[in-house]
Amino acid sequence: MTKFIDLTLSGISTGAVYAAVALALVLIWRATRIVNFAQGAMLMITTFIASAVISSTGSYWLGFAVALVSGLVFGAVVERVLIRPVEGAPPLNAVILTLGLYTLLVAIAGMIWGSTPRSFPAAFSLRGYDVGGTRLLFTPNDTFTVLVVIAVAVVLALLFRATSLGLQMRAAAFAPEVARLLGVRVGRMFTLGWALAAVAGALAGVLVAPAVFLGPNSFDPILISGFVAAVLGGLDSPPGAVLGGLLLGVALSYVSGYEGSSLVPLAALVILVVVLMVRPSGLFSATEERRV
Amino acid sequence: MLEVEGLTTQYGAVRAVDGVSLEVPEGSVTAVLGANGAGKTSLLRTITGLVPAQAGRVVFAGEDITRLAVEEIVRRGVAHVPEGRGVIAELTVAENLKLGGLWRGRGAAPAEEIYELFPRLDERRRQPASRLSGGERQMLSIGRALMGRPRVLLLDEPSLGLAPVIVAQIMGMIRTLADTLGLAVLLVEQNARSALSIANRGIVLNLGRVVADQEPHELAADERLRHAYLGF
Amino acid sequence: MSAVVRAREVLARRMILRSVAWVLLAAIVLAILSEVAGAYQDLQLATGAYYFAVLAGLTVLAGQSGQISLGQGALMAVGAYTFALLVGNEGWALVPAIVAAVVVTAVVGIPVGAAASRLRGPYLAGVTLAFAVGLPALADKFPGTFGGENGLSINPPVPPSFLGSSFPLERWEAWIALAGALVVLFALLNLTSSGVGRALRAVRDDEIAASLCGLRVGRTHTLAFVVSAGCAGLAGALLAVVLQLAEPGAFPLQLSLSLLTGVVLGGLGSLVGAIWGAALLTLLPNWANDLANSFSLSTKVSENLPLAIYGIVLIGAMILWPSGIQGGVRALIRRARGPS
Repeated sequence: MTKFIDLTLSGISTGAVYAAVALALVLIWRATRIVNFAQGAMLMITTFIASAVISSTGSYWLGFAVALVSGLVFGAVVERVLIRPVEGAPPLNAVILTLGLYTLLVAIAGMIWGSTPRSFPAAFSLRGYDVGGTRLLFTPNDTFTVLVVIAVAVVLALLFRATSLGLQMRAAAFAPEVARLLGVRVGRMFTLGWALAAVAGALAGVLVAPAVFLGPNSFDPILISGFVAAVLGGLDSPPGAVLGGLLLGVALSYVSGYEGSSLVPLAALVILVVVLMVRPSGLFSATEERRV
Repeated sequence: MLEVEGLTTQYGAVRAVDGVSLEVPEGSVTAVLGANGAGKTSLLRTITGLVPAQAGRVVFAGEDITRLAVEEIVRRGVAHVPEGRGVIAELTVAENLKLGGLWRGRGAAPAEEIYELFPRLDERRRQPASRLSGGERQMLSIGRALMGRPRVLLLDEPSLGLAPVIVAQIMGMIRTLADTLGLAVLLVEQNARSALSIANRGIVLNLGRVVADQEPHELAADERLRHAYLGF
Repeated sequence: MSAVVRAREVLARRMILRSVAWVLLAAIVLAILSEVAGAYQDLQLATGAYYFAVLAGLTVLAGQSGQISLGQGALMAVGAYTFALLVGNEGWALVPAIVAAVVVTAVVGIPVGAAASRLRGPYLAGVTLAFAVGLPALADKFPGTFGGENGLSINPPVPPSFLGSSFPLERWEAWIALAGALVVLFALLNLTSSGVGRALRAVRDDEIAASLCGLRVGRTHTLAFVVSAGCAGLAGALLAVVLQLAEPGAFPLQLSLSLLTGVVLGGLGSLVGAIWGAALLTLLPNWANDLANSFSLSTKVSENLPLAIYGIVLIGAMILWPSGIQGGVRALIRRARGPS
């Protein structure tokens, strides 16, 4: 029984990380109708930058902040410079381009930092909570992970629903041509969307790095799980991304616990295919079925 | 207020707009008429900057706006109500309206003004725009454009898909707006009769070219023209 | 009808003859090359050959059928492991094992292709990406059968006695690989000019029109996938022959991405392009190494240089030649969203 609770709780914690990546993917999809396959590599870079800051200054929180800020800048630059040219093009162009960016970023990381994974500190204690004599696997750091992802999701939701800026971003995402006719600077809204998405990604990076260690390819499975979570929740739905992430995290946690961790990527693939065959628009999407 | 000089737009080998010149004075309604594919929508889209012009100029209040980006043209006070209304279905009525005035900031019209003009919209403030009927969407689209207190209003086939009673209402409203707000209205319509009933000037396009530029009663009197291009 | 048009018609109908002619010509040229080349270059020829095999299949899939797949690396792994298991554990002979590898991989391609045929653009890429990362993990799950991290090693193929006892192993391996590549070339040349090829292109260009003409869109897509899977399986088996090893480390995600680059750069849709792509993938790592040595760059840099170049190529190709790639890929434009 303890194992089941442990698996469920740790699934919620990894699920929060998947939720953050899914949120990043959903934000970009909603804004520019592109799946950013380079998201995992981008958050890998920001996590490396954070690691460098932490090593040289000794301050975790400074590194954390730098990760988020560098994510913001990185996302904005990538959209403006690389993505803008393919925004109106057929979807495959953007797919290939983001895959190319992924490849390039992994190579650059390998060149600068080498391919041996290194350790990354956690924000809080990694000692499991002691509940009535039983030590759980769930740690204060896990609590922090879940809370901060939920907080970011809430902040983003408020931004979109309750501010003028959010209204402009939504309009630019739903109907860019009409939005331009209403004076919305659609290009800037796209850039902002990518920047915010990259912040969510950077957050996921620093939260999961202690567990997966920091290397050029360490975050590949995270990207895939984030993508599966986003599809599960519906690529158009930010709340779906969060719920999808948590659900997926728990499901994969059970697979890992009862069948072994090597089957996790395969399980993610199976879930992805099942969702795409049965309910392509996602579990929580409000939009009508679209042909994928 | 708005002047178009020798405007030409090409899609590949096709000249959708071919050397069109016209004027839209303040406080008046200029109707642009013609059959499907005559270039009316392309003309509006070129004026607003959605499509680049190959030749010619668009001058608004003395400023050459031909090469400006869409957002910049709109922010100078040119409002474009697109074909199909362009209502953002995922947003509520209130959100659609608010969006229209955002670029103006403080100078935007208060939403209450629009609700007074269009009481039907007032009833449906919080509803998603997807629930509106065709006529209500047209009102929303026009109201949204008015939120920015524009000086020029471009309307692309507002009567499309609407019942005659509603069309009459909308046309009456457009005339009133031109008179009371001093708007320069450029009205593209296939429904020539209802457009001419409120227009100060009628321009007929065929294959991208201007074939007539006259007062409505002159156009209506010219039987050959009416039958050839206006369908009545 | 003019004589030229008639002649062209006759030639087109004799596609089989033409492809036989091309293949024979290529075989002669390659045989001479392999005689003249040293052991190392023979290995490069062999490497280029199996890259060509998988790239040709991917070209058919992407260029002719308009679908993208990031899973070719994993499919190569299927071919390689099948071959290694049959030759190593079961003692099969070379050619039957290769054929079996092709068949097994093609069969694996059926469900993947069926799923993929219903997906487009990013969804298809995402599924094949998940496949590329998920499948090799099976090797970890069943370390007994698949040899775990170390993989399965096999004995090198022995050149037949009639070639002489001093026939170099590398040249024999090159011959095997080149023979495989020529088989692929022959098969795909005929496929693309046949009715099936026309069906593929029709479906790629306009699904709705094609289905109105009676073409089964889903089946056509699946067929393209199965063909490309078979090619990947062959390539994997040939890789196992050349490396005498089938291990997880030979099939990372980077492999699938480098294959994508080979196809994009070579010109999606033409088999000749696959040759260019194969040449690039074979020669680039060596070139990068040489560059690193002459500039005294660290191994960290030289190891990652080919990857960096692939990334730049992919990005550059999409930004600089979008209409060219679009013409090549003929991406199926789905109604993504309307304005209102």
